[in-house]
Amino acid sequence: MFDFSIVTNWFDTLLRSAMPSWAAILIECVVVGLIIITLYACFAIFLIYFERKICAFFQCRLGPNRVGKWGLLQVFADVFKMLTKEIIFMKNTDRLIYVIAPVMVILSSMLTFSCIPWNKGAEILDFNVGVFFFLAASSLGIVGILLAGIGSQNKYSLIGAMRAGAQIISYELSIGMTMLAMIALTGTMQFSAIVEGQADCWNIVKGHVPAIIAFIIYMIAGNAECNRGPFDMPEAESELTAGYHTEYSGMGFGFYYLAEYLNLFICACIATTIFLGGWMPLHIGVAGFDGVMDAIPGFVWFVVKAVFVTFLLMWERWTFPRLRIDQLLNLEWKYLIPISMGNLVLMALISEFGLHF
Amino acid sequence: MKLEITTIEPSKLRAELLRLRDVEKMDFLENLVGMDWGEEGGLGVVYMLLSTETGKRVNLRTSTTDREHPVLPTASDLWDIALIYEREVYDFYGIIFAGHPDMRRLFLREDWKGFPMRKDDDPIAENPFDGEHMTNEPLADVTRQYSMNPDGTLGDYKENVIFAPDDYVVNIGPQHPSTHGVLHFRVALNGEIIKRVDPILGYIHRGVEKLNESLTYPQTLALTDRLDYISAQQSRHALCACIEQAMGVEVSDRVKVIRTMMDELQRIDSHLLFFGCLCQDLGATTAFLYAFRDREKILDIFEETCGGRLIINYNMIGGVQYDLHPNFQRRVKDFIKLERKNLQEYYDIFADNVIAHNRLDGVGVLTKEQVISYGCTGGSGRAAGWHNDVRKLEPYAAYDRVQFNEIVLQDGDSYARLIVRLKEIEESLNILEQLVDNIPEGNYKEKMKPIIKVPEGTYYNAVEASRGRFGVFLESHGDKTPYRLHYRATGLPLVAVMDTACRGEKIADMISIGGTLDYVVPDIDR
Repeated sequence: MFDFSIVTNWFDTLLRSAMPSWAAILIECVVVGLIIITLYACFAIFLIYFERKICAFFQCRLGPNRVGKWGLLQVFADVFKMLTKEIIFMKNTDRLIYVIAPVMVILSSMLTFSCIPWNKGAEILDFNVGVFFFLAASSLGIVGILLAGIGSQNKYSLIGAMRAGAQIISYELSIGMTMLAMIALTGTMQFSAIVEGQADCWNIVKGHVPAIIAFIIYMIAGNAECNRGPFDMPEAESELTAGYHTEYSGMGFGFYYLAEYLNLFICACIATTIFLGGWMPLHIGVAGFDGVMDAIPGFVWFVVKAVFVTFLLMWERWTFPRLRIDQLLNLEWKYLIPISMGNLVLMALISEFGLHF
Repeated sequence: MKLEITTIEPSKLRAELLRLRDVEKMDFLENLVGMDWGEEGGLGVVYMLLSTETGKRVNLRTSTTDREHPVLPTASDLWDIALIYEREVYDFYGIIFAGHPDMRRLFLREDWKGFPMRKDDDPIAENPFDGEHMTNEPLADVTRQYSMNPDGTLGDYKENVIFAPDDYVVNIGPQHPSTHGVLHFRVALNGEIIKRVDPILGYIHRGVEKLNESLTYPQTLALTDRLDYISAQQSRHALCACIEQAMGVEVSDRVKVIRTMMDELQRIDSHLLFFGCLCQDLGATTAFLYAFRDREKILDIFEETCGGRLIINYNMIGGVQYDLHPNFQRRVKDFIKLERKNLQEYYDIFADNVIAHNRLDGVGVLTKEQVISYGCTGGSGRAAGWHNDVRKLEPYAAYDRVQFNEIVLQDGDSYARLIVRLKEIEESLNILEQLVDNIPEGNYKEKMKPIIKVPEGTYYNAVEASRGRFGVFLESHGDKTPYRLHYRATGLPLVAVMDTACRGEKIADMISIGGTLDYVVPDIDR
């Protein structure tokens, strides 16, 4: 299995040999930052195209097919259009809050994006309370949404933001609870260690029943956390026109749009890391097969798994009608939380008595 | 049919209306038509009442010669739908209904001067296009309720509050994705709970009824397709049949069958659009496109025979515009087969889904009494247990020779309204199947005189349009243009009932209630 730390260590030694260590660290930070932003943009472009094609195929349509071959340049065209658009301030908008809000959302999204373990040795933010940090950083996004609702001074936005607040804070509990269950199984909160622990067997198999329950709850709560259908009440375009980002135009809206797709992908990445073995290849115990699987680099495994989970989330999105806000909260507080609490206890017992694979 | 109208004095009107409603059980106010019979005839109203139990009809007319302050007693406490109809009459004829709790204009701007449907009104002189008259539209939060002096003249008024100053009022529309057109609701909210819904109409009002007064009969046909654009065939059928009956023209069997088939295709088209839009409103975008995929097939059939897809211009006085295309029968048969299969998909992806059940079950319940009082015909009425299908009650065209069921459910909630339409698609397919191989030979249009004049009298003809009873009220003075041509809009009662249906529900439910009531705006804003 290719270890990415060879590259990073070589780069680090190279820099340190030429300059003092503070300058080396500075340059490394800048380089890593640039890589994150580039990756972020690339994945955003890919995901938007992917979603449009997937949803088109679900709906007996072709999807974008005019700009470039198979519509590949459609997303670029859209982004350029968005960049050229005027950012409009309404008369009563609270300018500071209005401007900060999308930045908060994209910031939170990028912070969580940096937690993703792409490959062995290619973790950007990786420390012993990684899961904890991830949960904390992802919670920042809600602040951006609430601020957007308040700063816009628009009734639709305010209702949308209030719904988003109620929804995301509730569903974060489920996400935390399922992650806790998995931490009980893995025994660590460090993403790289969670992946390493799955070398023999992926967690979803290892933890069998409670892990599968946790995975299902995670998939539901993850969609809700990303404000995507059937839980897109904060936007609910048929009720609130566009919910909390009604008043945003140009890149202000673009940030929300990007963050929505990236949050979806991040949600899938974390599912991959925690349940599906991260960058670990698929092993079935046959030496020849395992050898072939090992030859495929880890980040390819990771991205393929994450895209698969994204596909599942999109499938969910494009099949179900939207819930109502009270039904959404009922689902969370009356069903998902009790189930995930019970699941946590079950998982604790299983890992305590070594009943897992 | 030619209407038998009883004339009655305004002073005796109130007692007679009360008697009709309570003694004769006339519980359905089918139509309330404002009229201007000139200086001698005065301004007046025609009431068309129907008993849903016995099927008996009574038509009354009353008028007042006072053109300065015409006032008539209200019927809005007897039939809920009169709340809207009387506002329409006030808007166009300036007749004040004493006792009506909300005497605002319905379609025109609140600062409009004059009453445009009066024969002597000059709207351009009174409302010039200058900076003063074309500012932002004022929306009143307070309305007036007039009273009547014992001698029949206009009395004092008191003010009724629509929205209090501290109400949280959200505008749904006029530009909103789920009002299905340029419709405006002002909604007072208490958190997510709806306290009151006030529809503001008229954003796309084109004055079709006024235009008709200066158009010849063949010209008036062009405008019916632009009323409810997804029951274009039925609306035009109603008008053509009304004029034919008035002139005593008998159309051939072939025309009757063609019209019936086109009506049914249009009904399926409309119900598919209904289903698709409802799914879209509830966020099920995929189901929306499934419905549109199938609807496309119907539009293709229309295009081949009629030349149009949405604005079809097919029915004519005395027949239809063109004979059927040779492909018609094959295409219809293919469609029936396809749609029977695809109908199951709609249940699978949406109607049987647990989320759809949660969103629609028990939401926006209307009782049978309410739908009759509001005159909510069509699927919305049938979902509440009201047998109101004109095809069954007064069979016209070829409906007397086909077997089909009238779908009537009892629940009256949004889910019932959805299921009624899905089941009606099935019934329409049955009708098509029975007719498609039995299209009789004959003329596809009768030879008509070059100038069509309708004999003097008042005529009325109703058909079952896609979303209810579409009526054409025609008063002719023997000219080549109608003296008054009024349409009973199918959508207006459905919008009028929104307040009743939505109160106490959540804002998200308003969308599903509006979606399942299935109104179409150009039909409301005629």
